[in-house]
Amino acid sequence: MQKIKMDAQTKNSLSAMQRGAKKGILGLAQFVVIVGICYVIVAPILGILVSSFMSDGDAYNPMVYMIPTSPTFQKYKTVIERLDYFPTMGRDLFYTLSLMVIQVFVCSMVGYGFARFNFPFKKLLFACVVVMIVIPTSTIMLPLYMTFRNFNPFGLATLIKGKSINLLGTPVPMYIMTFLGCGLRSGLYIYIFNQFFRGLPKEIEEAAFVDGAGVWYTYFRIMLVNAMPSVITVAVFSMVWQYNDTFYAKLFLIDEDIVISKKISSLTAVIANEDKILDTTIQQLYLDAGIILILVPIVLIYVFLQRYFIEGVERSGIVG
Amino acid sequence: MKKRRGLTLLQKRNVKGFMFILPWLVGFVVFYVRSLFMTVQFSLSDMTMQEGGYALQWAGLSNYIYAFRVHGTFKQILTTSVLNMLVDVPLITFFSLFMAILLNRKFKGRTLVRAIFFLPIIMNAGAITSAMELARTMMSGGISSGGSEISDAAASGVNVAYFIDLFKNLAMPEKLLDYIVAAVARINDIISASGVQIIIFIAALQSIPGSMYEVAKIEGATAYETFWKVTFPMVMPHIITNVVYTVVDNFAVSDVVQLAYDTCFDKINYGLSSAMSVVSTVIVCVILVLVCGFIQKRTFYYN
Repeated sequence: MQKIKMDAQTKNSLSAMQRGAKKGILGLAQFVVIVGICYVIVAPILGILVSSFMSDGDAYNPMVYMIPTSPTFQKYKTVIERLDYFPTMGRDLFYTLSLMVIQVFVCSMVGYGFARFNFPFKKLLFACVVVMIVIPTSTIMLPLYMTFRNFNPFGLATLIKGKSINLLGTPVPMYIMTFLGCGLRSGLYIYIFNQFFRGLPKEIEEAAFVDGAGVWYTYFRIMLVNAMPSVITVAVFSMVWQYNDTFYAKLFLIDEDIVISKKISSLTAVIANEDKILDTTIQQLYLDAGIILILVPIVLIYVFLQRYFIEGVERSGIVG
Repeated sequence: MKKRRGLTLLQKRNVKGFMFILPWLVGFVVFYVRSLFMTVQFSLSDMTMQEGGYALQWAGLSNYIYAFRVHGTFKQILTTSVLNMLVDVPLITFFSLFMAILLNRKFKGRTLVRAIFFLPIIMNAGAITSAMELARTMMSGGISSGGSEISDAAASGVNVAYFIDLFKNLAMPEKLLDYIVAAVARINDIISASGVQIIIFIAALQSIPGSMYEVAKIEGATAYETFWKVTFPMVMPHIITNVVYTVVDNFAVSDVVQLAYDTCFDKINYGLSSAMSVVSTVIVCVILVLVCGFIQKRTFYYN
């Protein structure tokens, strides 16, 4: 009798140990995978950060690893000067943030329209939104280029100025496209908003309607406020992508003084010309400093909004 | 409720609803529908820039024939781009699903890890990416040692060739092995391309009702079974979303798009560039339709 009891006990404790070990091993595996992948993501950023502080001597010293022997701010000083950093960044942030606000308003409006109203051909039109997501922008780049090079809506330009307007070189084309819901990845944002609004209870609107609120009032004062999670998601996405976008900036020849991520691509040439630094290795250090500089605002905003962003993603309409 | 108030009110409401989507509709027609037609039109003609516009001359299929028969690299670049895409899409999809499951579990420092995982999304500008690539090769020691690291992998203490041999001796199919080695070698590209997909999958995992897992547990399902019988079918609809997103995203940065861009703005051959765009877009759309059709048949829809 005693023996059997003992057996059962040891068996129990054994299996408990087994379970514990299994859990431990799984936890360890999870830890290793996560740390490894985090390393892969963080390492290059760390590398850039470190080399941006290196002096010229450190760059050629094979003994230097991760910690520069004589850290210096000189690279930053030069790059800030050459990039005309603060004014350019100010203009870029204004450009990015204003486009972001337009994106959020226009896309949420369209998403709401698709989610809550019935009109003829609604399904077909929504399929067009999906088409917009799927069609690569590169397919339509040439016609867009032509359209804005000879901008002439309904012959208005010819009527006023006698010839069509060339809008290339200014950010105006981007504003026009964004305002008409066809900006950078607008299709995706419309989709996100549509999914989110469809998930909200209809009773809110009915209550508003009974209380005498019009459609627009309901939308601006009630629905948009309730849609905060997806507003934040779209805001972060659109800001980050707009900030990093070089495709449209290149296509519309938008001035470098407005789009800083475009300016950075010519930084090494500028450094070579103005400062007579022809050594590519040293040039790279300057480029690293420039990259850290243009990453700073976006990382700051990201860190600030990060919690809301991830919460927003979980609750917003990315998942239908 | 609303129907009793009569049709006119409803119609009024619908007109207002139409107002909501009107800006987008105008934009879509002007920028997308018109542009698509124009691209096809350009690809079928010789185009020359003029003061205040352009002139088109009907050229039939000559641009397409040129692209396929005469152009030196178009066919090769197109094939490699499409093949790369076909290789990358399953890798990215499964990697992001795997990561989403990991990140969805509760562990210490989860917020920090998530913040790190979404970093690649915010740093995808062209200039940054190329600099990152360089920085990656320079991780050991100063910049001067960058070159040596690539050439001498054995110095890091890992003999890759030995492991590959080991697996070959285990009679693993060579094709599969090559695929896995290639995937590991490009782990960085895969990680940086799967940020948004991870987000979508995390959101999908959060939307699975907890009661399902409870039932599975009570019925005595193992973690493995739970994954295949509960988690996987429930996230299946989002796999389509992710595959579409991955294909489009991947295509947007592929070499063939770059080639079309260069042909257009460097070589100033607008017709040829349009023909290239049309061909590659059609191919991508066909792939999308096939893949989506394939997955859709196997997808389980909860609602």
